[in-house]
Parts: sequence; C-alpha cells; structure tokens
Amino acid sequence: MHPFAYVAPKTVSEAVSVLAEHGDRARPLAGGTDLLVKARANVWDLDAVVDVKNIPELMSLSINGAGLSIGAGVPCCQVYEHKDIQEQYPGIIDGASIIGGIQIQSRAGLGGNLCNAAPSGDGIPALIAYSAVAKISGPNGNREVAVEDFATGPSRTVLENGELLTSIEIPKPAANSGAAYTRFIPRNEMDIAVAGVGVFVQLDSEGKKFESARIALASVGPTPILAQKAGDSLAGKPVNDESIASAASLAKDAASPITDMRGTVDQRKHLVEVLTGRMLNQAIERARG
Amino acid sequence: MVATFEPKTDYKVVGTRPIRHDGYDKVTGRAIYGGDMKLPGLIWGVMVRSPHAHATIKSIDTSAAEAMKGVFSVITGADMPKAPSKLVDLGEGNVNFKWASNKLMADTKVLYRGHPVAAVAAVDRYVAEEAARKVVVEYDVLPAITNVVDALKPDAPILLDDLVGDDLGEDVTNTNMAAHVRHEFGDVEGAMASATHTIEREYNMQMVHQGYIEPHNATALWDEEDRIKVWTSTQGSFPARTQIAGILQVDVSRVKVTPLEIGGGFGGKIPVYFEPIAALLSKKSQRPVKMVMERTAVFETTGPTPGARMIVKLGADSNGKLTAATADIWFEAGANPGAFIGPAAQCVYAPYEIPNTRIDGWDVLVNKPKVAPYRAPGSPQVAFAMESAVDELCEQAGWDSLQFRIDNASKEGTRRGDGVLFSKIGMQEVLEATKQTDHWNSPIGDAPEGKVRGRGIANGYWFNIGLKSSANLSVNSDGTVQLTEGSTDIGGSRTSMAMHVAEVLGLDAHDVRPVVGDTESVGFTDVTGGSRTTYATGYACWQAANNLVDVLKQRVAILWDVKAEDVDFKDGVFISNAESAKTISFKELAGKLEDLGGPANSTGAVDLESAGDGFGTHIADVEIDLATGKTDVIRYTAIQDVGTAIHPSYVEGQLQGGSVQGIGWALNEEYFMHEDGRMANSSFLDYRMPTSLDLPPIDTVLVEVPNPLHPYGVRGVGETPICPPIPAIANAINDATGKRLYSTPMNAGSIVESLK
Amino acid sequence: MTTNSPSKVHITTTINGQQHELLVPGYMSLLDTLRELIGLTGTKEGCLDGNCGACTVSVDGRIVDSCLVLGAEVDGKEVDTVEGMASPDGLHPLQQAFLEEAALQCGICTPGFLVAAKGLLDNEPSPSEDRIRHWLAGNLCRCTGYDKIVRAVQKASS
Ligand SMILES: Cc1cc2nc3c(=O)[nH]c(=O)nc-3n(C[C@H](O)[C@H](O)[C@H](O)COP(=O)(O)OP(=O)(O)OC[C@H]3O[C@@H](n4cnc5c(N)ncnc54)[C@H](O)[C@@H]3O)c2cc1C
Ligand code: FES
Ligand code: FES
Repeated sequence: MHPFAYVAPKTVSEAVSVLAEHGDRARPLAGGTDLLVKARANVWDLDAVVDVKNIPELMSLSINGAGLSIGAGVPCCQVYEHKDIQEQYPGIIDGASIIGGIQIQSRAGLGGNLCNAAPSGDGIPALIAYSAVAKISGPNGNREVAVEDFATGPSRTVLENGELLTSIEIPKPAANSGAAYTRFIPRNEMDIAVAGVGVFVQLDSEGKKFESARIALASVGPTPILAQKAGDSLAGKPVNDESIASAASLAKDAASPITDMRGTVDQRKHLVEVLTGRMLNQAIERARG
Repeated sequence: MVATFEPKTDYKVVGTRPIRHDGYDKVTGRAIYGGDMKLPGLIWGVMVRSPHAHATIKSIDTSAAEAMKGVFSVITGADMPKAPSKLVDLGEGNVNFKWASNKLMADTKVLYRGHPVAAVAAVDRYVAEEAARKVVVEYDVLPAITNVVDALKPDAPILLDDLVGDDLGEDVTNTNMAAHVRHEFGDVEGAMASATHTIEREYNMQMVHQGYIEPHNATALWDEEDRIKVWTSTQGSFPARTQIAGILQVDVSRVKVTPLEIGGGFGGKIPVYFEPIAALLSKKSQRPVKMVMERTAVFETTGPTPGARMIVKLGADSNGKLTAATADIWFEAGANPGAFIGPAAQCVYAPYEIPNTRIDGWDVLVNKPKVAPYRAPGSPQVAFAMESAVDELCEQAGWDSLQFRIDNASKEGTRRGDGVLFSKIGMQEVLEATKQTDHWNSPIGDAPEGKVRGRGIANGYWFNIGLKSSANLSVNSDGTVQLTEGSTDIGGSRTSMAMHVAEVLGLDAHDVRPVVGDTESVGFTDVTGGSRTTYATGYACWQAANNLVDVLKQRVAILWDVKAEDVDFKDGVFISNAESAKTISFKELAGKLEDLGGPANSTGAVDLESAGDGFGTHIADVEIDLATGKTDVIRYTAIQDVGTAIHPSYVEGQLQGGSVQGIGWALNEEYFMHEDGRMANSSFLDYRMPTSLDLPPIDTVLVEVPNPLHPYGVRGVGETPICPPIPAIANAINDATGKRLYSTPMNAGSIVESLK
Repeated sequence: MTTNSPSKVHITTTINGQQHELLVPGYMSLLDTLRELIGLTGTKEGCLDGNCGACTVSVDGRIVDSCLVLGAEVDGKEVDTVEGMASPDGLHPLQQAFLEEAALQCGICTPGFLVAAKGLLDNEPSPSEDRIRHWLAGNLCRCTGYDKIVRAVQKASS
C-alpha cells in the first residue's frame, strides 16, 4: 500500500480544494470499506485520503415533505435504523441492510456505494427505482445527476477532478406506491450479488392497476442498469401475473451480464427474471399497505 | 507386541467437561499467537511473488528495493541453500527438501501464481511492502496447466524437467505424472461381470482450502552463535524444525522452534512457508524478522487439498451385497508431487466389505499451489464419489440406502481397499445409531411454495495415525502437577492431556497445569494432525503419569519404611499393602517430598501404530429454491464412533467443525481458476466459507466403541467428520430435486442447470 | 493543512476507558494502531479486507472491522477491544459462557466474536437464535461450525 496522508476537512470547499490539488492521487474517504480495500490491494496509489465524515453537510440525514436526503457520508446502519425511512422507503432499507455484515454496515454508506460504482452495488438499484438524484459539489460549483446516470462504467463515475458527492436526494413516494430490492447470493450474507433487482411501482388508488414502474438491475452489466422498457411496460397494465411475467421477461432482456466466478450469463439473466417477478410482487404488497 | 486395554466405565475425569486451561488467555485476548510476536529490534519481511502461474525467470533486479530507506536486506532464489532431493515423513504427508525449498522460493522457474521470487526485510510492514513492489522481475510466460486431464496430454508443457515419475514401479521421464499406484484384490473383472446391478460414474472436484482464519506467520532470529530461533504458529514444532533444518541445510539441533498459539491449521500448517525465509532475512539483517502472510497469498500459495477426477464402478448381487468395486482416481498435486493418493486408496471402500476391489491412483502436477494436508486428506474426495455411487446404485435397484449400508458395513476382519485388515471398528454401531436418531425418525416437513426438501446420508472414514509423542511431569509442593507436552494445541488438546494425567493421579483436571513445550524443553513429538494428538500424546501423558506413580511409590516407601512393591495407589491415595489402614494422599505426599528425595519427575514417550479407525455417518436435510437453486441446510446430524470422548465438548466441536467445512466444500467453496492459472476468488469474500447464518445447529451423536489400543479407549476423531458431508448433501439434493450432481461445488448455478 | 507528505496525525482517543495520545501515520489502520502502537494484540488479523471479523472492535458503541478503519479516524472517539471486556470482578458473562460452552477451538476468531456479540447484547439483551446468527455473519469461524458459539451467546443473553 502506498503510504498516504490523512486529511479531515470540515467543509465541502476545503475538501474540494484538497481533491482538486491531488487529482487522482487523492480520494474521498467515507466508510472506507471499498477505498481502504483497494488502497491495500494497490489498485490505487494514493497520496492522500480525504475523510468526509467531519463535514456536517455530508453526515446529515433528513426526511421531510419533499423527500429523503442522505448525506454522502452517512453509514447504512443509520439509514436502516431510522424509523421514518423504514416506514416510507422500505426499498432503500432493503439495500442498505444487506451491504456486508453488521461491522461493514457501521461504516459503509449509500454514498460510498454509489461512488464506488460497482455493477453489484446493492444500494444503487433501489435508488434508481426511487428516481433518486445525486448532488455534487466541485471546483466549478454544484450540480445534480440522476442516480442511473452516475456510474459510467465499473469503478467509473461522472465525478470530475475535485468533485465530491454531497448527498443523495430521494423524492417522496406518492400514495399507493411501493418499492423493494433483493439480490441473489450463494451465502445468506457477506456476499456480492450474482444479480440484483430493485423496483418501484405506483398503483392506482384501488391497487389494481399499475400507473408507473421503474425497475433497476445490479450485477448484470458494466453499471447498475435502469431497465426502462421493463418498467414502462407496466404503465396502465392490470396488476396480475401476466403483466408481472412480461415485465420480468423484459428486464431479463435488459440484462447484459458477463460470465465470471460469481455466475454465468445464463444464470444471471435467469435470476433477473425470477427476482424481478418476486420484487414486483413484494412492491405491490407494500403499495397496497 | 502391541498393548491392548479392556474398556472401562468408572472414570472420574475422563468424560467430564472442565474449562480448558488456556481458555482464560484466549477469551481475554492475552494469548500470544504467531502474529502477536514481539522482540527487541524486530523488523518485517515481505515476499515478492510471481504474477504468473508458469514462467521462467529472466532477471531479477533488487537494487531499487535495496536502496529504499528502512530496508535491511533482500534475498532471492540465489540465496537459498541447495537442498538435496530427500523424502522425509511428516506424519500426515511427507516432504522432499529439494521441492519444499523450491516451493518457498523459486529458482529459475515459477510454477504457480504467487510463487515467491524474492523477499525483503524492512523496518516495518508498510515499508517492506513498498520495497517489495520495487523489485523488478522479468518473466518468459509459459502456458499454465490447471487440471489433471490437460496435465497428462502427450504434448502438455512439463512443470518439472527433472521429475522421474513412478508408473506402477516403472520410471518415466518428461511427465507431469509423479506416481501411479494400484491395489487389486480378488477377481474384480469376473465379479463385476456377474453382478446383477452395476453403476459407473465420473466425479470431479475443484481444489478447496483449509480456510483457517489465522494467516501463516513466522518470526526468526539467526543469531551470532549460528543458531536459528523460530517462533511460529505450527501444527508441529518438531516437524517444523525438521523442515527448516532440511531446507536451510543445517543440523536440527541448530534450530529451536517455539510454538506460539495457532489460529487453525486443519493440516495446512504442517508445511512451513515463511520460517526458512525469515531466517535467511534475519541472517542478512542481523535482526529478528517477522512475516505475516496476506490472505490472497494464503489462498494462492498455501494449503489446498487436491482437486480430483474420479471414476467409480460398483457391482452388487441381487441380495443387495456389494461384490466388486473399481476406482480410478486422479488427484492434483499442485506444483510438486504428493497428492494424497495413498490415503485416498486407504479410504475409498473402507466403510464397506467388498470381496473384489481395484484402485488405481495418479499423482499429477498442475500449475497450482502444492497441496497440503486438509482434514483427512484424500478421503472427502473419494467419499463424495463412493457414497454418491452407493446411493445411486440403491436407487436403481430400489434398495433402502441406510439398510444397504448396514448390510454391507465393514467390521473386524474386513479387508480395506489397500489390503489392511480391520481390528475392532464401529461402522456397524454407527449405522445402527444413525437408525435410532431423532433426526432419522422425524419427517423432513413440508417445504414452502417454490421450494423442495430432501434428505441424504453418507458414511465417512479416516484411518487416524499414531506416531511419536513425549510428555514430562513434575510434582509441585502444593499437590498439583506440571505437565509439559509436545503437541501444539489447536482445539483444546492441552486440557485433554491434563485429563489423562489427572485420571491416573486421581486429581482434578485443573490440578494438572499443561504447557506446550518448545523443541528444547520436551521430547520429540509429531504433528497435531492425523487425528493422533489426544490418542498418542494422551497415551504419552498416561504413561508419564503411571511412571510418576512409580516414582512416588518409592518416596512413600521411604516414608513408611516399606518396600515400594508394598505400596499401592488408587483414586489419588497411596495405600500400604502391609497395613491396609496406612494411607497418604497424593496431595499430602507432595508436601512432604522435600524430605523424601526432593523433586519427583517422570516422562512418557511413545511411538504408536494407528489411532484406531474412525467411522462416521451424517444425515443432511436440505431445502432448495427451485427457481434460484439456492440450497439451505436446514437440519444436520453427525454420528461417529469416537472411541472414548475424553472431553466430550471438544469432541462434539470436532464433529461440528468438520461437518461445516464439508458443507462449505459441498455447496460453494472452490478454487475458481482463470485459464492462465490465476485464482479468481482469492479472498474470503469470494471463496465463500459458510457463515453462522448459512447453517442450522449441528447435532452430534457420539458413539463410543473404545479403542483397545489406548488405555482409555481413545480413537482419533478430528478428520472423519469432513468426509460424509459432501456426499450426504449430494444425496440430499438428489432426494429433493431428483437430479444428481457429479461435481463440486454443487452451487446454485449447477442446481438450476440440472433442473433445465 | 499539509497534505504533501504522509505525515503523522496527532489523535486523542479513549481505548478501553483509558485516554491515549498518539501520533499515527495517516495510512495506518486502527488494527495496527492497536496492535503495533499500543501493544493490544488481542484484536486479531485474519484477512485485512473486512471479511473475517477477527479484527472487530467497537467504536463509539458500534462494531467495526478495525482493519478497514484508519487510526487517524478515531480521534475523539471511544474504542473498546476484547482486552476491555473483563473487569476486576471477573470475566464478562460472554467470556464466561464461551469457556463453559467450549465455543472456541483455536481461539483466533474469539476476540472478534466476543466484541461483536457484546455489541449485540448491549442493545438487545435477549436476541433470538436467528438474530444472533445474522448479527455474527460478519465473523468467520472455521473451527467450530458456529454451533457452540451461538449457544454461548444464548447462554450469556438474559
Ligand atoms: C466485507 C465486505 C462486504 C461487502 N459487501 C457488500 C455488499 O453486500 N453489497 C455491496 O454493494 N457492497 C458491499 N461491499 C462494498 C462496500 O462496503 C460498499 O460499496 C459500501 O457501500 C461503500 O461505502 P463506503 O462508505 O465504505 O465507501 P468508501 O470506501 O469510503 O468509498 C468508496 C468509493 O467512493 C469514493 N467516495 C466516497 N465518498 C465519496 C464522496 N462523498 N464523493 C465522491 N467520492 C466518494 C471513495 O473515494 C471510493 O472510491 C462490501 C465490502 C466489504 C469489505
Ligand atoms: S482482518 Fe479485518 S475483517 Fe479480517
Ligand atoms: S475457533 Fe478457530 S476460527 Fe473460530
């Protein structure tokens, strides 16, 4: 591991200036559960890590009429222990509560999950399904990017030199909506998704018809994927096995996985179909309350 | 003449569950494991490893590393003493110094990914790691061999130019086949031809790792007297000494090995990896050097048990009796010979009485780490093949597979596949006990929608070794006893040793204070492995305790002014044969020794045959998600003949731990290799050993058929329990889905595939 | 703020109730800070990548893998390790239960399991077996098959 300096700025602008100064020789440190593993494995040679956990803005977690705002440094445990999030954003909980084990969840956050940009990031599909937006600060000011556009490839994001994710904003779900995320792993915990599916459904007031839906996939492409067609196909459709099965089959088509030690192309596509069906049913159940 | 013993039942200490003596240090974090070693002036060593699985080394440039601030020394293959080709038995497996040396540090060629090519010693670990990255090595990459089939192709690249293979006694050169052995009894072909039912199947298994949580480590000091002191986590300080001395080409007495606490081994910490390297770095640096292995290197360069290709054929008559069997077994040795085909041959048919048998085994080199013993090395592989075939045969013929196992069970006098005849064994008792378990007699229950359940059983066997052990005793004036023994303690064995002594002396287990000695404070003791420790070292302790009684009788004789022959000893009390009312307790006597000849010490030393054959049967219930192939083990029972359980908690623990390693092997664990010979999943994240959440409680049934070869009837127990789980789960999966899997791991992907 | 050289960071931290002032290199893990700088070697190293839990310690009441925390990050925080579990009155009930239930074989995983289990029982005094198994999934044990560990935690819970 290349020896690096530890910097703990207290403001976003300080953090931005350190990051800008070092270019790709410095990285933000949130929970460190990806960063420190990669630094130790010599994936990166860093001169500095910039701990974001002393920046109050990045540690705030707030929920109000407009939606949920998760600071980029907030660990998963704070998210899934939050009563209001449990009630209003069960899909977010599904993702946040399965990243690593308890020790990892004390540190790892959704911000780090997003910035790490692994195709398998378990936090990301639900964020996409909820239409979440990433807020970014950098040397040239602030900007917002839809979560589905945030990752541009494995371990690559839209972040430019000196830019920092500050928070993830999730709009308040309308009435009669529901969301869910699951993944397939060979073990029951502490594992990387072979395939993951997050869905968000908006039903009519009787819970009999889909008004809209968003389906997002993990581990079946170079980045987490928004399966737009699959979600759109449900708009206006009755809530029944047939609609669900056809959306699941479209989700399978949207998957473009590779074969590796964690699974084969066939297995992963098959899993996307199975899990999409299961998550749609779960989200429907939640939407109906 | 081998001594035999009558079974006893009236034990005072044997069979109880005292708190282990080393437990307090281990639950408070005080125990010193290998990685915790500290010495004045200690510096750190780090290996430079090959990124290629097969390549010739063109050049090594260490200058940039040597120039770095904080670096003390750098060594390469050129610094390794030239060890001669000499085979030495290590108890569980053996070692050839030439190859062992080459495994530790490559010479002109790297043979597996991670093969060390240089080593660096520096002021701390971080500096050493940085310096190691500055060593520049140029390679000519060669094609890598990753399986036995490719290795034996006529045009295969050859790993070791100077290997002379042994093909049924004939020398062969220019080969990747180190050995081909055969055991044949009876008229196999004739019996197979006349069998009513036959089955022939091929089975394949990937390499798996022992997965101990503590990485390999060593601290060494090569001092100015030219003596080499080593502190390490090892399964045997004496066998470690043998290897270190052999690789460094010095006399054994110049090496002192102090065993520190060891964080798991399962066979994998019998071979040494770092000790000689740390010693060479120390010599060059004139400082003690410590090395701790990274987890990736633990996977890539240590441990694995052989991957296997096996073809098993069985024949049975119309009455459900096995009449013939053949097994062809190809095992991956890794980059040097030694793939445990011997043990595989001993184990494959052991649970069954089969009159006509043949076994052919091949020891094959591949560009993977050299295999190391892993809990019953070779036996889980052949158990998977044999026990799967037995179930499939029963299925075909419509026989109950438990009854079939009972009807064909081996017993005293049965001939094992390699020709050895069994003495008193407990296979039948274990199977009868299996039939009586609550598990076997309880319905499996209904699976939730979309899932199916199945139950499987399988047998397993390990022969359990004996070998050499030593123990010393001395009496303290307060009536307690100091025990020094030579077996490094991986799982509570100190306490079992103390219990052997306490039983003889009529003391409480905690009145005996056990310590594990270093190579200069106790006599030669073989590895903690082969399921021999409680048996053989326990035997030595028993012997030392009896010798101590003899010493003390002399002292009582002085006290009472009688002849030593007239003093008897029972339940901790010395009794006069002449005057039956005259007694003195062990404790009381201890306080008087000062005036009765001073210190009272004794010693025990043994060199034993087998620790008694160990048979087990396991029952596994699985639940499978038909859509995803996810398999959960929902109930599990391990039944085993354990001889006599000295400390039943730790015997149960052996059964539970072995079962779970087998479950991991069955379902998810494997060396997933890239074509170029790199392991793709060399981390705990992707190697996927079971976590607590992946398992049900593991129930155990201890069947006690005392081993007549041990004073208390102890039998080896540690290894047998890893053998049945893999086939038990294969049989359970088949029961659940109707599909049989012939390769491990039997993971979700292969289950879904089988259901297509 | 200088960031040019990997300089050491001055921190004040409370370890097992005792305040420590330390100079730690920016890149040094909390695990090495404990083991190498302070000499508390009860916290073990198994993988250095967050997968075995042998290095589990508690930081401000939450369990973490100390191999994936930097020493510099615990400035102003309370760190508790296995060495802090027992008191002058004796072992912590979990330590006692681990001994009585034979919940350790080699013992290398034990400190991590003890600290993790304490993290559970401090907040949930009577967890179900399933909850215990879930909570401990970040701790690997290769020797015991977990059965006796789970029983020990059950025994220590009220
Ligand atoms: C044992 C183990 C198990 C795991 N299991 C899972 C799992 O089940 N599912 C899963 O999805 N992941 C898993 N992970 C990966 C990891 O825990 C997650 O990706 C986690 O969400 C990362 O969050 P973090 O806060 O630790 O990120 P960090 O490691 O701190 O950062 C991750 C990356 O994002 C960058 N970064 C962090 N914060 C910012 C910011 N504010 N702005 C810009 N860039 C930033 C960092 O520089 C780094 O490149 C596991 C990791 C381990 C070690
Ligand atoms: S050493 Fe930290 S989790 Fe393994
Ligand atoms: S007791 Fe050895 S790893 Fe748990």
